[in-house]
Amino acid sequence: MKKIKKSPANILLYGFLALWTAIQIFPLYWMLTFSLKDNNEIFGANVIGLPHVWRWENYTSVLTRGKVGTYFLNSVLVTGATIALTSIIALMATYALTRMIWKGRKLANNVVMLGLTVPIHTAILPIFIILRSLKMTNSYQALIIPYTAFGLAMAIMICSSLMEGIPRELEEAAFIDGCSIYGIFGSIILPLMRPAIATISIFTYLTAWNELMFATIFISDSNYRTLTVGIQTLSGSYTTDWGPIGAALVVATFPTLIIYAFMSNKIQESLVIGAVKG
Amino acid sequence: MEKARSNVVAICLFMLPAAVLFTVIIIVPVIMSTYYSLLNWDGITKGTFVGLENFVQLFKSKTAGFPKTLLNVSVLAGLSIVIQLPLALFLALVLGKGIKGEVFFLSVFFIPVLLSTTVIGQLWSKIYNPDYGILNVALRALGLDHMTKVWLGDQKTALLAVFIPILWQYVGYHMLIMYAGIKSISPELREAARIDGATEGQLARYVTIPLLKPVLRTSIIFSVTGSLKAFDLIYILTNGGPAHASEVPSTLMVSMIFNRNRYGFGSAIAVMIIFLCFLMAILLRKLIRTEEVV
Repeated sequence: MKKIKKSPANILLYGFLALWTAIQIFPLYWMLTFSLKDNNEIFGANVIGLPHVWRWENYTSVLTRGKVGTYFLNSVLVTGATIALTSIIALMATYALTRMIWKGRKLANNVVMLGLTVPIHTAILPIFIILRSLKMTNSYQALIIPYTAFGLAMAIMICSSLMEGIPRELEEAAFIDGCSIYGIFGSIILPLMRPAIATISIFTYLTAWNELMFATIFISDSNYRTLTVGIQTLSGSYTTDWGPIGAALVVATFPTLIIYAFMSNKIQESLVIGAVKG
Repeated sequence: MEKARSNVVAICLFMLPAAVLFTVIIIVPVIMSTYYSLLNWDGITKGTFVGLENFVQLFKSKTAGFPKTLLNVSVLAGLSIVIQLPLALFLALVLGKGIKGEVFFLSVFFIPVLLSTTVIGQLWSKIYNPDYGILNVALRALGLDHMTKVWLGDQKTALLAVFIPILWQYVGYHMLIMYAGIKSISPELREAARIDGATEGQLARYVTIPLLKPVLRTSIIFSVTGSLKAFDLIYILTNGGPAHASEVPSTLMVSMIFNRNRYGFGSAIAVMIIFLCFLMAILLRKLIRTEEVV
């Protein structure tokens, strides 16, 4: 164990770190507490303290009347499907891009690299027009398909670096034993790619769960709204009633915090990989 | 095995889903956007081809206010480089040298990065609320009533008020990238400098920061291109208002296309955003030269 020396420099340093911790955490603390208060406390009687009376009815109110339950399930469904599709499609493509031999492989790799830099904004109108002409706005696919497409480039990058590290001899041996190329992919490559799948899942979860622009524009039917858009509309109808809004914000945030609590190392590592690749 | 590796059917099967998605959702739309940007089109009637007229209007039209959005994102990028990145670097340096509580601080500082911008936007809009928001409540409690403001509704303060949460949210992100960079610097190098009698400050100035240059460059490129693409928090907090005071290219694009049906003009903004992102990324890469250090 390192001991903290009580030098003035150290006191200043830890003071600063504590202050910054407070600045980073305070909005979150405030959200948790006001989600359990009524207006009376939030607006004056007890602005930043713990709630005097813990009003869980804020939660039941938004989950039932505010349809936050539906939005939550929609977000789970859209995010879950996006993660599954992105992982499997990226793994398949990466296998062809790194291990198989074909003309145009280099070009395809470059296109993927380029895909990494295209901001989603630039595609929003054409995708909207395509979805509208297919009568697909207001559906889960309207979000799942674009999220998957925009997640692919990063996912393929992440898979590539890991797949490069798998020794080719493993595949050769399986091949000699009579395994087909599909068998090799399914029983040799896939199991070894688990760390990449974890990284992709974290990435995709964060982008899909939090995405706002596509979700606002492609979805207008409240039955398909995801949490981000749902909360936006909710805050319009509960402008004067902050407690339930706070509850909705907590509902949208707690899955992320729980995942982070259990996998903070993996998450940090994933985002660093993403940054270095991008 | 070579034969199996060049199995055409297998290659097509493996590539097909990714190729289709990439083409339909990314490549075709980018081409379509570029084409739309050359049209005068309301999205309902048939558009007429106007060449580069939309791009000329972007810079000439006073009512559209595109130059103002560029100015606003320059302010954001500037603030990011002058305040956010140095703060992130300082935190990374402090945590990177292995102080007590390193993991705790690292994890906590990173939390805002993970949160949905919707949640952060809602929280900050409540912090800024003129009547009950924490900010004005605190000012009143300190007896500074004259300093209270309608932060998001005042043309003078709106821009800064929306930029603060953006900067606040991503300090942890840059910190983490820099921290990872510092950790990958060989410990012997730092140890050697320490034995030679370098102070912590000298160590950072002459050893760590020069070796961190590629990472710092990545951070700068991210903060510039990220500023050009900024949308979520601005959309939630002010939607570019009041009177375009906090307008940025993406909010202007969305309101042109989806509120005013100016599909051609909006697409021209989209094309400008991609163009500027690429341009800045290339320029910055050229400008900040890094020697390859192994």
